[in-house]
Amino acid sequence: MAHKHVNAIVVGAGAGGGIVAKELSEAGLSVVLFERGGWVSFEEYGQDELQNQRTTVLGNAYGPDERHPRVHEESPGQWRTVPPNHWGYGNNAACVGSGTVSYGAMAWRFHENDFRMRTTYGAPEGSTLEDWPISYADLEPFYEKAEWEIGVAGDMSGNPFTAPRRRDYPMPPFAHNREGRMLEAAAKRLGFHPFPIPMLRNSVPYGGRGACVHNRACCGYACPNDAKNGTQNTVIPRALATGNCELRTHTIVNEVMIDDRGRARGVKYFSTDDDRAHEQTADLVVIAGGAIESARLLLNSKSRLFPDGAGNRHDWVGRNLQDHAYSGAHALFDADIYDDVGPGATIAISDFNHGNPGLRSGAVLCNEFIKPPYGFTGLRPPGSARWGKEHKDFQRRFYKRTGGVHGPVQEMPVFNTRVQLDPVVKDHWGIPVIRLSGERHPADFEVGRFIASKAELWLKEAGAVKTWQALPGRIQRSGQHQSGTCRMGNDPTTSVTDRHGRVHDFDNLYVADGGLHVTNGGFNPVLTIMALGYWVSHGIKAQWKGRVA
Amino acid sequence: MENPNSSPNRRVSRRTALKLGLAGLVGVAVGGAVGAGSASAIARLGRAGRTRFRFFTDSEAALLVEICEQIIPRDDTPGAAQTGAIHYIDRKLCSVFKQQQQAYRRGLESFRQTCLREHGVAFESLSTSAKIDALRAIEAGRAPKELWDDPSPQAFFGMVLAHTMQSFYGSPRHGGNRDYASYRMLGIDYPPVVGRNRPRKG
Repeated sequence: MAHKHVNAIVVGAGAGGGIVAKELSEAGLSVVLFERGGWVSFEEYGQDELQNQRTTVLGNAYGPDERHPRVHEESPGQWRTVPPNHWGYGNNAACVGSGTVSYGAMAWRFHENDFRMRTTYGAPEGSTLEDWPISYADLEPFYEKAEWEIGVAGDMSGNPFTAPRRRDYPMPPFAHNREGRMLEAAAKRLGFHPFPIPMLRNSVPYGGRGACVHNRACCGYACPNDAKNGTQNTVIPRALATGNCELRTHTIVNEVMIDDRGRARGVKYFSTDDDRAHEQTADLVVIAGGAIESARLLLNSKSRLFPDGAGNRHDWVGRNLQDHAYSGAHALFDADIYDDVGPGATIAISDFNHGNPGLRSGAVLCNEFIKPPYGFTGLRPPGSARWGKEHKDFQRRFYKRTGGVHGPVQEMPVFNTRVQLDPVVKDHWGIPVIRLSGERHPADFEVGRFIASKAELWLKEAGAVKTWQALPGRIQRSGQHQSGTCRMGNDPTTSVTDRHGRVHDFDNLYVADGGLHVTNGGFNPVLTIMALGYWVSHGIKAQWKGRVA
Repeated sequence: MENPNSSPNRRVSRRTALKLGLAGLVGVAVGGAVGAGSASAIARLGRAGRTRFRFFTDSEAALLVEICEQIIPRDDTPGAAQTGAIHYIDRKLCSVFKQQQQAYRRGLESFRQTCLREHGVAFESLSTSAKIDALRAIEAGRAPKELWDDPSPQAFFGMVLAHTMQSFYGSPRHGGNRDYASYRMLGIDYPPVVGRNRPRKG
C-alpha cells in the first residue's frame, strides 16, 4: 500500500527521532514519524518488579515483543537466537519515547575531551579510537536546547570539571537522599567535588506537568505522575500539535528505498498489527532507531549502487558498537542508610572522567538507583550463600544498609565489536535480524579497576564496614547506552556519516541517534543523543532552506 | 509419562502436605499414600478439571514446593511454600516460561531419582539438614551423571533458585509473595503506593 508523499520520514520515536520530528515539523516540513511500539503508560505494568525495562525476567514492559528476535554470539562461533529480554539482545525499548519513557534520566553533557579522545590520549592498539568531527563548542547550544525543551533539573556550580555552559538549567537540582548526604560529606573529606546529578526530571512543575513525587520505581519504569521528561511528553506532542507530523505507531521499517541515482526515495514498512506491507515516499529520510536497529536498517537497504547496504561502501556500518564498561563497588554499612526516597541516585563526582594517571578514559561516579527487593537478591559480597536461612537473614539485615557507587566507564571502540545482519534468522515479517558479537578492549578493564578502587575509597570514607568491587564482563552486548555503529567523520572511508549526520554518498539520508557517537563519553549518553537530534535537524533545515515546504 | 500417583515420591508426609497450604493438594497427597483405589478416584477428579495446577502433576508440585521452601525457609516470617512459589512457577510455565517446561519435568524427575539413589528415601522424607545438603550437592553439580542429562543439576538448581526468588519478591499478581510477605519482612511499604513509599514505623 502506498501513501501520500511527504517531505521527511523519521524512523524511530526515541530520544533522537522525537526531536528531529519536532524540529522538522515546526520548520514547516510534512513529517511521518515511524515507531515499532505504541504509546505506553505507567498503569499498564505499575511498579511490577519482574516486568519493566530494568528487570525483564517476565519480559519487557515497554517493548519490543518476541516477534523481534536477535542473534548473539554466546562463545566464539556459537550463535544463539535470543528474545528481547535476554541479556545478549542489547535491548533499549520499543514505544513512543523509547528509552526516554523508562530511563533513570541522568542528563549529562559530555566533557570537551570526550570529543577529542584520540588527540588527548592516542589510540591504543586494537582500538579505532578517534576524535569526533564536531567539538563540544559545536554541540553546546544544542545541549542547552535539550535541557530547556525536554527539561533538566541540576546545578553544576560544585563541579569544576564540567565543560563551560552559557545558561543554567531550567530547574533547581534535586536534594540528596540519605545515602547521598553521607556520600557528600565523605567526598568533601577526600577532596573530591560532589554535586547533584542533573536529571531529566521535574524538581518543580515544568512544561505543564507536576514535580517528581520520589517514587521508588523510577529507573526502568514509566513515571506515574509524568514528572520524568522524555520525548513522549515533550517534543513529540509538540510535533503532533503543528499539524505537520503524523506518528505511525506499530510499524516496522524494513528498507530505505534507494533510486538509481543514489538518492533515498522513502521507506518500505510493515504494519505490525496486520502484517501488511506499505511504502512511504519522502524527500528525505532520517534514521533514528538506536545504534543497533539503525545499523540494521542501513544494512538491509541494499540497492544497485550500494549492494552491501546504504552507507556501507567501506564496511563501517555496524562496527565499533559501544556501551559502557560499568565499574564500581558495593558496600555494607552497620546502620540504615536507605530512606526509600526514589529514585535513589542523587550524587556524583566527575573527578575521574579524565586525567587518570596512565589511563585513557574514566567515568563519572554516582550512587545507585533504588535496588528493589528481587534485584537485591543478586547483590551479595563474594562467596555469600545465595539461598536458605543465610539469604533471608542477609535480606533482613542489609536491605537498608547496602549502598553503592558506580560509573559508566568510557569504552575504547573496537572494530570487530559489532552488529551484522544474521545470514539465516529473520523476524516475524521476514526481515533479516541483527547479530551481535565482540568483546571489550583490554584497556576498559584497567580503567574499570581504577574506577572501582575510587568507588571503594569513597564508600569506606562514608562509613562502609565492607566493600567489594563490581567489574565489567568481557563480552560487550550494549543495551540502553548503545552507540557507535554509524560513526560520524570527515573521512568517508572510515566513517558512515558526515559531521551533520548525513550518510556518505547520499544527500538526503541521515542518522540521528547514538549510532553517530564516535566515542560514548564516561556518562549516560541520552542528553548527547538529544543534542545530536537538534544538531542533525539544524543541518537538515539549513540544507532545506529555499525549497518548497 | 509415568503416572505421578504411582511414583515413589507420592509418600508426602501429612505435615509437608499441610505446609503447602492447599486443601485440595492435601487430599491428593495423603490419598496417594493410601492406595491405588484413592489414586484412581483422584485421577477421575483430574479428568473432571479439578487439578490444582496448570502444568505440574500433584507429586511434582509436592516435591518442588519442598525445594522452594529450603531456598526461602519459613522462620519467624513466611517462606516460599506459604507465599505461593509453586503457583508463580506453575503459572509462568504456561506463559512466559513455556520453554522451560521440559527442564522442570526432567529436572524434577532426575532430582527425585537422585534422592532415592543417594538417600534411599524421597526428598520430602529427609530431615531439614539433609534436604539442605542434598540441594547443596545439586547446586554444586555433585550428582550421579547417568541420572542427569538436560538440564544439568546446576542449571536445574539455578532455574528453581531464580524462580523462587522471583515468586517471593515479585508482585503478588503473579501468584507468589502472598500478602506482600517479603515487603513486610523487609520493612518497606506495601503494597507500593505511588509517591507514598515511605518506611513504616515498627
